[in-house]
Amino acid sequence: MHPMPIKHSFMTRRDLVGYAILAAIIFIVFPALLEPFRLNLFGKYLTYAFVAIGLVLCWGVGGILSLGQGVFFGLGGYCMAMFLKLEASSPENTAIQSTPGIPDFMDWNQITALPWWWEPFNSLAFTLVAVIVVPVVFSFIIGVAMFRRRVGGVYFAIITQAIAAILTILIIGQQGFTGGVNGITDLRTLNGWDIRTDEAKTLLYFVNGGLLFVVLLIAQFVRKSKLGRLLIAMRDQEDRVRFSGYDVANFKIFIFCLGGAFAAIGGAMFTLQVGFMSPSFVGIVPSIEMVIYAAVGGRLSILGAVYGTLLVNYAKTSFSESFPELWLFGLGALFIAVVMAFPNGLAGLWSEHVEPRLMRLWPGAANDTAASTAEKTPAE
Amino acid sequence: MTDTKKSPEISNLSRRTVLAGGAALSASLFTPKMLRAQDFPTDVVNTTGLAVTDTTVTCGILHSITGTMAISETGSVQAEKLAIEQINAQGGILGRKIEFIQEDGASDWPTFAEKAKKLLVQDKVASVMGCWTSASRKAVLPVFEQYNGFLYYPTFYEGLEQSPNVIYTGQEATQQIIAGLDWVNQTKGAKTFYLLGSDYIWPRTSNKIARKHIENFMDGCKVVGEEYYPLGHTQFNSVINKIRLRKPDVIYAIVVGGSNVAFYKQLTAAGIDPTEESPIVLTISVTEDEIRGIGGENIDGAYACMKYFQSLENENNQAFVKAFKDMWGDEIVIGDVTQAAYLGPWLWKAAVEQAGSFDVDKVREASPGIELTSAPEGYVKVHENHHLWSKTRVGRAKADGQYEVVFETADLVEPDPFPEGYQ
Repeated sequence: MHPMPIKHSFMTRRDLVGYAILAAIIFIVFPALLEPFRLNLFGKYLTYAFVAIGLVLCWGVGGILSLGQGVFFGLGGYCMAMFLKLEASSPENTAIQSTPGIPDFMDWNQITALPWWWEPFNSLAFTLVAVIVVPVVFSFIIGVAMFRRRVGGVYFAIITQAIAAILTILIIGQQGFTGGVNGITDLRTLNGWDIRTDEAKTLLYFVNGGLLFVVLLIAQFVRKSKLGRLLIAMRDQEDRVRFSGYDVANFKIFIFCLGGAFAAIGGAMFTLQVGFMSPSFVGIVPSIEMVIYAAVGGRLSILGAVYGTLLVNYAKTSFSESFPELWLFGLGALFIAVVMAFPNGLAGLWSEHVEPRLMRLWPGAANDTAASTAEKTPAE
Repeated sequence: MTDTKKSPEISNLSRRTVLAGGAALSASLFTPKMLRAQDFPTDVVNTTGLAVTDTTVTCGILHSITGTMAISETGSVQAEKLAIEQINAQGGILGRKIEFIQEDGASDWPTFAEKAKKLLVQDKVASVMGCWTSASRKAVLPVFEQYNGFLYYPTFYEGLEQSPNVIYTGQEATQQIIAGLDWVNQTKGAKTFYLLGSDYIWPRTSNKIARKHIENFMDGCKVVGEEYYPLGHTQFNSVINKIRLRKPDVIYAIVVGGSNVAFYKQLTAAGIDPTEESPIVLTISVTEDEIRGIGGENIDGAYACMKYFQSLENENNQAFVKAFKDMWGDEIVIGDVTQAAYLGPWLWKAAVEQAGSFDVDKVREASPGIELTSAPEGYVKVHENHHLWSKTRVGRAKADGQYEVVFETADLVEPDPFPEGYQ
């Protein structure tokens, strides 16, 4: 028995086909079939996929289960929302207020001047940097505090959950500065460009799709690099990796920050496409939902994360439209079915049932399959 | 035939005549007076592509029927369905039966925005009855303004808003607060007030208005404390201790949701019995619906400031309560917001028939001045600012969970969503 030599190329032919299919779906099939309203909805779903991809890297590959990814999604979204809100709060638009020129919710809370930390968000360039940097710095602090002390597993999950809860309470409590439970609403233009029209929404959909592919390729690169293999090793046997002389904490911090950055991009795109941001994306429930997207997609599969997100959200929308009183039960049944029948999610369903049949029709790709299955099979 | 454009409850009678002839008029509400659809061709009454056919018109119902808000919003959904059924029994609007598409906002503000957009863009509904919390309204507002939808919003709320695409059928803050404070000052001699509330925009804005009114417009009165607690907070013992120390004449409470249960139970447990009136407990956030959760015995004796109580004694209300119970069961209670939600479809019908069109722009134009003499709360009229003229009433909670009405303003109170001197 000679083991098949495992190739570590950036992308196998099999991967390439997967990406090409996804690209065709996102850039050709959806825009061709969906009316602008539905296309915008799918654009919204895809913003969650950024988070799910980050979770595949952190959780599926790295074994770090974060139940607080909503925090980074929210921070990215809030940074973008602050810029858009300032632009929408020009003195002309807010002439009716006691203090024109500040966001309406500040005026309602008797704040008479823009807080200093809102000032920089008048600049688009600063905002675009902040969308990434703020969540990354925050995740870096959490990562250093946790991983350096070797906090991991369930404890890490609980702490991320607590952070999500704390941040939600903070945002709701400081409503004069954050818009409170209402969130930051009524966003209109991006540098003078009206983001509410159908044309703008369609363009934003494509920008969103493009960014999603950038993120997918970064994730693919990390996954196939030495770093990716180290992460898998850490997930399965952390001590061995440590004894081999690697600083485990640094790798964990890096991948956690990367996941945070992905989530933040998703959050910013969400704000642009949906037109508001609220603390209901920051808390525990949305964070867990995001883990479910990754689980349904198959937590080891980067592409699966995208499909999982689309499936769950589409099911959510269509169930709730068809059965407004019963839809939650339907959604619950879907999760149970996926976990019971396909523990590896959609990706598992594909590689165990669909792909083998395709391979019989197309034998040339068999070598690639063997290479990629070697990386799967989690230890847990 | 010129008369056919007017529905029974749009009348040009003066208010006095209305009150005098109230019985006769409310009887006429249940007398079907058919408008025939063929007199109003679809291409005339609908020039903007709304979901209107020769026989039907579609509206949306957008409330939370799942999640934490479901318990509050269910009453509104029931009231709206009752109103739609009654309107259909009378022949509908412009001879067209109302059909509705119900969507679930799921207590989640982005979901509200998504569903609102779906109702307007895909279903082309002619109007929407919906939303409950301010957060959900703020989330859908840009959608309604962008796609020129028309929303009937039932909840009493903080004001500071006046959208051309919304009719606010509940009270804005001044309508609920000012008359109640004056009443407690004049009839009970109350001078000192302790304000407290849940920590979000509505209680804060309401208490701001209360404070301004107490300090600037009520002689010799003052606020001795003001505090806020997060939504869902259940430990009120520290504030109850402070209240006992400062001995205010009135506890002015704007606690919402599940916190209410804890607050009133702990208040009674700490020996502050609202029936003894020292201090007086005055709230603007507890309707009959909330009392079901709090338990009548825990809030017995407290006063609430609303525009509607289930126990109102007038023929409109008796008919409404009976119809509501016939449709939804004898156990049901009807709170202030439920009644306001019931007004939505009726106000819409009146405005459409006044306009002779379902087009949103025409309905908006026709809305100010629309009167309902058949409203359970009595007589209401739509103001230029899209809010309703309505009375302020004070009720005293009884152990059986109902309110006994102890005061009502003599006249309708003008809605003033941007009150001067209260900012």
